[in-house]
Amino acid sequence: MSMQHVRQTPWTKRLGRSIRRNWVLYLFILPTFVYLAIFHYWPLYGIQIAFKNFKPARGIWGSDWVGLKHFNKFLKSYMVKDLFRNTIILSTYQLTASFPFPIVLAVLLNYCISSKLRKVTQMVTYAPYFISTVVLVGMLNVFLANDGIVNQLLGKLGIRAVSFLSDAGKFRHIYVWSHIWQRTGYNAVIYIAALAGVDPSLHEAAIVDGAHKLQRVWHIDIPSILPTAIILLIMSTGNILSVGFEKVYLMQNPLNQNISEIISTYVYKVGLLNAQYSLSTAIGLFNNVINVAILLTVNKIADKLSGTSLL
Amino acid sequence: MQKNAVIKKTYFDTGFDIVTTILLVLALLIVLYPMYFVVIASVSDATSIAAGKVILLPKNVSLTSYRRIFQDARIWTGYKNSAIYTLSSSLIGVTLTTMAGYAFSRDDLVGRKGLLTIYVFTMYFGGGLVPTYLVVKQVGLMGSPLAVILMGSVSVYNIIIAKSFFTTTIPKELYEAASIDGCGNGRFFAVIVVPLSKAIIAVLALYYAVGQWNGYFNALIYLNKEALYPLQLILREILLGTTGTISAEITDVDAIQEMQRIAATIKFGVIIVASVPMLVMYPFVQKYFVKGVMIGSVKG
Repeated sequence: MSMQHVRQTPWTKRLGRSIRRNWVLYLFILPTFVYLAIFHYWPLYGIQIAFKNFKPARGIWGSDWVGLKHFNKFLKSYMVKDLFRNTIILSTYQLTASFPFPIVLAVLLNYCISSKLRKVTQMVTYAPYFISTVVLVGMLNVFLANDGIVNQLLGKLGIRAVSFLSDAGKFRHIYVWSHIWQRTGYNAVIYIAALAGVDPSLHEAAIVDGAHKLQRVWHIDIPSILPTAIILLIMSTGNILSVGFEKVYLMQNPLNQNISEIISTYVYKVGLLNAQYSLSTAIGLFNNVINVAILLTVNKIADKLSGTSLL
Repeated sequence: MQKNAVIKKTYFDTGFDIVTTILLVLALLIVLYPMYFVVIASVSDATSIAAGKVILLPKNVSLTSYRRIFQDARIWTGYKNSAIYTLSSSLIGVTLTTMAGYAFSRDDLVGRKGLLTIYVFTMYFGGGLVPTYLVVKQVGLMGSPLAVILMGSVSVYNIIIAKSFFTTTIPKELYEAASIDGCGNGRFFAVIVVPLSKAIIAVLALYYAVGQWNGYFNALIYLNKEALYPLQLILREILLGTTGTISAEITDVDAIQEMQRIAATIKFGVIIVASVPMLVMYPFVQKYFVKGVMIGSVKG
């Protein structure tokens, strides 16, 4: 009866009543709303400089329209192929190589027979997450230097020193495997939680049926963490073209530039170091649109295949 | 037959246990050793490190590198700046995020779906680097510490985590009962919600603090004076830059080589010094970070 009544009231009236009754709650939302309006929605207005010849003196509105000039310039430049190739290879390499590790670690921890070993391993593998990017790259530089600890250890095994940092071909491996070193423990937490939520009666039934542990992992644990894994995978594919600026930028040196230059570092250099505002915005926009398209596509596919979707 | 199957199963499971243990110990060592090595190298003398004598234990223990680090004024300035940025960001972030998160958790708030869509949109689509930079410039925050503090103090992702926390922990009936007794929204939030939400407050404080302490991107683009640089930018100079920590007064070749070696040791010390706040907070951080991941996973 009262539901019926609520439905018939126009939403403006309902909103008015809600504001009168809960104005404090709207006040709670206000600061973050203003924040987002300034730092996220206002910049959307500035996107138009991607289609203009932006001159700071004339302002965003006062600059002349040039259509797709900057997009054409970018797409025809000799850099574009390298940029996309570097970005896509780096992020898909990272995505596929790092994906299984947290799952494996979580399963191992779940079946660990010593609770002490489990605790210690979890605490230690989790710690590198808190190492800052600057420190991590600093560590890589010291460890992988020609006279660094890695080459010293290789030397003890009779292997000739490897020049890790000056060889562009090693950049991607260093980037991805240091990521795996740093993030596996942290990324495993969510799977550990998912495994803890598995219905114990499934395991009991499996044990009665004579299943050994590996069979239980394969037929009970893996299927029950699959939805989590899929969601995480979708989320990371949405970032495939926005692979971390911070770490790549710090790892760049003149010797690996042709492999390590990715879209985000290029946008930064063109935009803020060379002050080519319009071109940089155009590249950023192009990148962002593709990103969203990939996210929506993967989301749709995942939804169709498994009924698990993010949006 | 039955017995055979049982034996086979236990046989299998023992193998499984052995392999599991070996793999875990291996993972433990791989993650632990690099961190351990930084610690022993930071207290060893430069020559032993260069000669490859520091592998499992420190050699010729000395604290020279730490003495030099603490003499470097840049480290102290960086520390102070980072502390200010981190505390402010965390304080602002927690306050605004819990407020918004709580409001969004109330299903009697008309228009919350639309508002939430406006929030979530910003997670996937933005103006990009230059347009954001121009806005910061236009509002007069260029070169100001406030830019760094603000840019790291509101995260929609965290608001959603807070929202799901409140949705699950503060039952609807609680507010209904309180409001019948004449308690308004503001007082309800301050007197009842906040004390019940220590866990999420800790989680959010840590998320914002860790992000601000470890990040350098906003400082890199919005700050232009070294006196305002956070620790991470100073570290970038010391660890990765060409500017070493040594003054070039000495011209003798051997001395220069010796100085270069010391510079390398200093890097290990700097890594430790920079990570101390995180290490001190680690047990606390770990507990609440795990909690945060759990809350976050409630809603993808």
